[in-house]
Amino acid sequence: MTPTVVETGRKPASMAQALNRALRDAMAEDPSVHVMGEDVGALGGVFRITDGLTEEFGEDRCRDTPLAEAGILGTAVGMAMYGLRPVVEMQFDAFAYPAFEQLISHVARMRNRTRGAMPLPLTIRVPYGGGIGGVEHHSDSSEAYYLATPGLHVLTPATVADAYGMLRAAIASDDPVVFLEPKRLYWAKDDWSPENPTPVAPIGRAEIRRPGRSATLITYGPSVPVCLEAAEAATAEGWDLEVLDLRSLMPFDDETVCAAVRRTGRAVVVHEANGFGGPGGEIAARITERCFHHLEAPVLRVAGLDIPYPPPMLERHHLPGVDRILDTVARLQWEAGWTEGSGD
Amino acid sequence: MTVLEQSGSSRDFGHRNTEQWPAPPPAWRPRVDPAPLLPGAEPRRVLGTDAAGRLDAAFLTDLYERLVRGRRYNTQATALTRQGRLAVYPSSTGQEACQIAAALALKEQDWLFPSYRDTLAAVARGLDPVQALTLLRGDWHTGYDPHEHRIAPLCTPLATQLPHAVGLAHAARLKGDDVVALALVGDGGTSEGDFHEALNFAAVWQAPVVFLVQNNGFAISVPLEKQSAAPSLAHKAVGYGMPGHLVDGNDAPAVHEVLTEAVERARRGGGPTLVEAITYRIEAHTNADDATRYRTDSAVQEWRAHDPISLVERELEARGLLTQKFTGAVREGAEEMAADLRARMNQDPVLDPMDLFTHVYAEQTSQLREQAARLRAELEAETNAAPHGEPNAEGTAQEDRP
Repeated sequence: MTPTVVETGRKPASMAQALNRALRDAMAEDPSVHVMGEDVGALGGVFRITDGLTEEFGEDRCRDTPLAEAGILGTAVGMAMYGLRPVVEMQFDAFAYPAFEQLISHVARMRNRTRGAMPLPLTIRVPYGGGIGGVEHHSDSSEAYYLATPGLHVLTPATVADAYGMLRAAIASDDPVVFLEPKRLYWAKDDWSPENPTPVAPIGRAEIRRPGRSATLITYGPSVPVCLEAAEAATAEGWDLEVLDLRSLMPFDDETVCAAVRRTGRAVVVHEANGFGGPGGEIAARITERCFHHLEAPVLRVAGLDIPYPPPMLERHHLPGVDRILDTVARLQWEAGWTEGSGD
Repeated sequence: MTVLEQSGSSRDFGHRNTEQWPAPPPAWRPRVDPAPLLPGAEPRRVLGTDAAGRLDAAFLTDLYERLVRGRRYNTQATALTRQGRLAVYPSSTGQEACQIAAALALKEQDWLFPSYRDTLAAVARGLDPVQALTLLRGDWHTGYDPHEHRIAPLCTPLATQLPHAVGLAHAARLKGDDVVALALVGDGGTSEGDFHEALNFAAVWQAPVVFLVQNNGFAISVPLEKQSAAPSLAHKAVGYGMPGHLVDGNDAPAVHEVLTEAVERARRGGGPTLVEAITYRIEAHTNADDATRYRTDSAVQEWRAHDPISLVERELEARGLLTQKFTGAVREGAEEMAADLRARMNQDPVLDPMDLFTHVYAEQTSQLREQAARLRAELEAETNAAPHGEPNAEGTAQEDRP
């Protein structure tokens, strides 16, 4: 116990605890919030994010469903049609795929096809990403699929405070939100007070996690701590890297991203998802379209390899790590001596 | 080689002395006697049986009028397709009884979940005939507020509206509201995973929902025998733990009776029911389909002899209710409806392209605001280039670079 903890009442809390607290507080405040999914009841979810909710709010409010993702999301659509705010859990990234037809054909466009008469305020929680040694179909980064679908919000927190604040905002949103939970950060702890949760930026805004002048690392979710580590390591080389956490992939915060890139003149996008067809390509294109005259180097990407998610014993070669980020930063070549064509 | 043929498998190891073996675990025992859940061998019929005698005359004449108008709606909408007023129209000629009798089985507070072929069910529930066609005309996907008559949007993907019906019915029950959901699906739709998941959820949750399968013989061109090996589609109910019923889908009073029973059972907390209405699609799947490629005229003729309108006509005739005055008035009413539909559908809808951005999210994203500004500029440029309402000539696109 440090004196700081005593003064502020803040204790180390994990992202999993913050998410659990967010669900509990949302359910306590709004009786229309209903949690549902496979194993969310007695077990409290395979990651324990729904721990104790059935005990506290009863089976009507936190319900174990049959094992069927299309059915889970499809019935949640009907519940939202009737004025409830369902929060569904998809258990693992790759288990959400059977629900894609419901997501794309109905969830994403119900507001639009009914001219706003039938909005669907539902939250779809998807534990996603690798780095936890999961076996096949337990480590996908599926965000590009969601981003390709207009009508969905796509959020992913990287800090304990954001996990709480952003999930509360997602549940309160009148639009469907795909809430991607970086599962390898579930147990990452931070000083955080559940009694007095830190206010967070509204959804749709990016946050600078570390200011810097040499270049901006643009990242989100599980890659945020990796980028912060890379930025610390880079100081030894004399590089002052900025780390920007997108937080929300849709809506995309062009304003904060472009302001950062105009300041530093150089940008690297970092994410776990496959590079080809991944979010990094879209982000790099947006920056190029808006900040071309401010760029000192092409926007580069550090992404997962363009392979199906590898078996756990090989995943470290797939996931963007500090070394790969630093190698890419070096390719930005802002040191003297760089001329066109002298690169790789 | 099978297990039984393996060498030594015929040797007696004393396994057959069953008394020395423990009883099977409790999970082996059937939890429900499936017999009461099984559909009857024959589809339920009312018309042409003694049961027809107890039908109320006013109910019969109202049903007849609705069926005739429904048929006229089908022919008018098909004609509008040929005139290019509708992109497509999936005719329900021959299936009018299923749709109209189904809609009439619901109370005001109940919800209907129709598929794309169920415009007549929506109209029978009170929806404006023009609003029911906007999806097919192409001015907006759903031309009505689903809450107004409690009709979910006409659903084009197959069977995906069934879990919505389950969820809505479940939510209503959680709120303590007296609401039943009726979900319509075709025979082809019963092969989809969402059909299975919806029925399973409904039965496990005992949701107040009724599933009506309109088995019209074909999923576009694929006949039922290539769709399902089940004894009937109603038999599928027993596997989920809910009752299944077979009904003559062209016998409107029979459909009404079976569905009313199922809806009231759901209302009393009895849980879901699956009803299979056996009917026939007289027209092709849509105007884009050539039905002569996959079926013979003789089958169509057999079904024409079992037409839902003529079945009611026979009963009315037997009661002396089929007077010229009555049929004339019914025909006239149907023609008025068709003329009104024709006139209103022949008016060009007024569309605002800026609506494209209005309902994607509760609040527009900055990306959509940018795109909306660009489209607005394009529209203004068009207007300026063609002050007399003429279309903008090609090659005058605005160039914003030097």
